[in-house]
Amino acid sequence: MKYKNDVKKAFSATIPVLMGYLALGFGFGVLLSTEGFSALWAFFMSVTMFGGSMQYAAVDFLADAISLLEAAVMTLIINARHLFYGISLVDKYKGAGLKKIYMIHALTDETYSLVSSDHIAKGVENKQLFYFLISLFDHCYWILGCTLGAVFGTNVDFNSEGIDFVLTALFLTIFVEQWLSSKDHASAIIGVACAVSCTALFHENMLIPSMVLILIVLCVLKKVRREKYDG
Amino acid sequence: MDNSTLHSIALVIVMAVVSFLLRAFPFMLFSGRKETPKFVLYLGKVLPYAIIGMLVVYCVKDISFDSVSHFLPYIIAGAVVVLLHIWKRNTLLSIIAGTLSYMALVQFVF
Repeated sequence: MKYKNDVKKAFSATIPVLMGYLALGFGFGVLLSTEGFSALWAFFMSVTMFGGSMQYAAVDFLADAISLLEAAVMTLIINARHLFYGISLVDKYKGAGLKKIYMIHALTDETYSLVSSDHIAKGVENKQLFYFLISLFDHCYWILGCTLGAVFGTNVDFNSEGIDFVLTALFLTIFVEQWLSSKDHASAIIGVACAVSCTALFHENMLIPSMVLILIVLCVLKKVRREKYDG
Repeated sequence: MDNSTLHSIALVIVMAVVSFLLRAFPFMLFSGRKETPKFVLYLGKVLPYAIIGMLVVYCVKDISFDSVSHFLPYIIAGAVVVLLHIWKRNTLLSIIAGTLSYMALVQFVF
């Protein structure tokens, strides 16, 4: 196989997501099955919606049979951060052809954290294939976790308490790696500072205000810096 | 199929379609052009750093400092991740060691 090395790299990059998604997906499956939905539902929801917080919220929406309009609005609110993720991938995903449509569909927080970090794709031959595989692998782990959770439900007695820390560890590691491998820390500091201040103000709903604030501050920063360098 | 099943299917379709459109929106907005606008290129370069920082904060925002048994595992396991990564620069090692120590702490120690 031509890109064997790329496939291996993509798999090893997604191992932390494998652990996190199996655990979180399983939790979703269990939750969904307690509301009386079969594993088939868990499977199709994880295939078509593919989003952690979204699917957890959807369990309530299905149980309460909310209206379609409400569901659309809630999805907009819960997933609005995805509006911003794409911005930094427009150029990266350019020319990926049909694969791109799938990569867009499969763009979660975790997949984003992997494909947007340049150090992860170091030494990769076919980058677009690499990004595609990361998206696909992550998606498969999620589907597997969700479906298994709905199949086995509460019958499995494995003490996985604390395993969800794996996703925190994933983001933290990427953060440290980016910090170590770049000289300009402005953007990282802006991200943390905006998120901390928005958490203080908006608590649970900090993601959207944080993203808006980050965008504003980054744009201001670019303007200020250009004036400094040009002048 | 009864009405409530149909309604559930419709709900899943609506949520899936809206999720996809949100993810696709920036691509639809900017990919049509031959050249990606300069400010999108700029954001593409700097946004990931900020977003990862934001996601870290998002993950730890619910830590309660009211009880030691709640925040100490986070702090210790977080320190394991950071220090191990600075030392070895091995992503997988940092993540797995951090997670195992967190699980051990919440299950056996606190």
